[in-house]
Amino acid sequence: MFSSGAASISPSSAGRVSGPSPATDTARAAHRRKLGLRTVALVYLGLLLLAPVAMIFYRTFEHGLEPVWNSITAPNAEHAFWLSIEIVAIAVPLNTIFGIGIALLLERGRFWGKAVLGLIIDLPFAISPVVVGLSLILVYGKTGWFGDWLSEQGFQVIFSIPGMVIATAIVSLPFVARETVPVLRELGTDAEQAAETLGAGPWQTFWRVTLPGIRWGVVYGVVLTTARALGEFGAVSIVSGRIEGQTQTLPLYVQDRFENFDSTGAYTAAVVLALLALGTLLAMNLLTRRTRRKAEG
Amino acid sequence: MSQRPNSASLQALPARRAPALGARGAGALGKGLLGIYLSILVLLPVAALLSKASTGGTHAFWREVSNPEAVAAIKLTLITSAIVVVINAVFGTLVAWVLVRDEFPGKGIVNALIDLPFALPTIVAGVVLLALYGKNSPLGIDVAFTRASVGLALLFVTLPFVVRSVQPVLLELDLAMEEAAASLGASPWTVLRRIVLPTLAPAIISGVALSFARAVGEFGSLVLITGNLPFKTEAGSVYIFGQIQDENLAAAAAVSVVLLLAALLVIALLTFALRRRSRHVL
Repeated sequence: MFSSGAASISPSSAGRVSGPSPATDTARAAHRRKLGLRTVALVYLGLLLLAPVAMIFYRTFEHGLEPVWNSITAPNAEHAFWLSIEIVAIAVPLNTIFGIGIALLLERGRFWGKAVLGLIIDLPFAISPVVVGLSLILVYGKTGWFGDWLSEQGFQVIFSIPGMVIATAIVSLPFVARETVPVLRELGTDAEQAAETLGAGPWQTFWRVTLPGIRWGVVYGVVLTTARALGEFGAVSIVSGRIEGQTQTLPLYVQDRFENFDSTGAYTAAVVLALLALGTLLAMNLLTRRTRRKAEG
Repeated sequence: MSQRPNSASLQALPARRAPALGARGAGALGKGLLGIYLSILVLLPVAALLSKASTGGTHAFWREVSNPEAVAAIKLTLITSAIVVVINAVFGTLVAWVLVRDEFPGKGIVNALIDLPFALPTIVAGVVLLALYGKNSPLGIDVAFTRASVGLALLFVTLPFVVRSVQPVLLELDLAMEEAAASLGASPWTVLRRIVLPTLAPAIISGVALSFARAVGEFGSLVLITGNLPFKTEAGSVYIFGQIQDENLAAAAAVSVVLLLAALLVIALLTFALRRRSRHVL
């Protein structure tokens, strides 16, 4: 953004103005400054981020593999893991489909209230997960807006899976839309127009031209959505009722084990989630590298 | 909340607008389904929250909010979040600087790990921090159940915001300007203050705004490490959680609205300051 303005100033060399010895002094001072900043930054990251995460891996495996294996195969742990997967398997595809739709509307649509739509999409980022859980209780809970009607129908939202899926979908709503919008903008509409001129219908254009063009942006958004959905704690904690072996997801299981002084159980489940998070980072990294290579090549 | 739609990329758009594919491709049915989806997920819950917070009128709202325990929780959350975002502004910018301008072995890994707090479930963040800074800390530092633990947890979960908003701007920043200033005799401190920071300021501010919103609403990472002691380490979100458990939904809704408004107000103020500033510069 700034390069065009500054490009006219030719790169200067301080050495030519002053003598050689002050120049090496300046260079040495600059080097020292750089080293100092690097040390401060790395120590900060080390103490806040790396050391705690490394510590939890150490704590988990310090008594060998057997207790870890026992914790992983505990029935409640397995149930929590598969429940988490089940919720992710419903919430993520929903948010992917609707996220692409929202992105298309935000980027290509022209209608009144587009700015409002943008705000609505971002709202889940500004609202606390606890508040998400509370508002779902206020809508679907037994004293909530639809509480009576739902119980007449014999359909339970709160303290059961539908509520947990809605909570998870809310907190992970913005990612796909937000990652797809810039890719759509960059893609432009030339290819789509060409396809239409050649007689392609809207669906054909979408499947054959638009979707292939935005797929990596969508995939990036899906990775972020999955990570967020898998780890959601606050909102799910409120709407699930945390019933052991029934509505307890993996993050809720971590809390349960910790509060029952089963630190091996808590650490093991936490490490499973941490490994999934590290996998997410790896996927993000590979995807960015891919798009960057595409942009350069 | 993304800052991507800047003026440069808007100008890059072709002048002629294509027929709205979103409108035609998705069709009326798609739009209707989208509307229902967003209503279920966002509009209905927010409406229910606002309605609950306002049913008793201002008097009832004020009574719930001015409850001493609620006041202590709101104060703790706002003050700690403010301190945390200041630390984030300084260290986030520093980390971004080192990641862009410095070269050292392992830089790629460090860069990738910055996003870990986003990917890591918040409850795991709490467990992770407790493993190093809890009761059996190998460093001999035990912050569990203290106010410092609130700050530590919030620092952890908001770490990426400033780094990730400053990094791309720093990448674009041309070294030639700084070199020119230095060759004209400006000290490194002057270069930083007069050239680098003014350019980075919008990115730092938008990172700070996002950090603040996140810190005010944070819950999962606080649950285990802070001990949730009323009047001492109980943050706003934890207070709301407690009120929901006690079926005191009116109090929970009132405090939720206060925290939500505080977060939105800070975002609005910072955005406003940003706009004024950039108009001043251009």
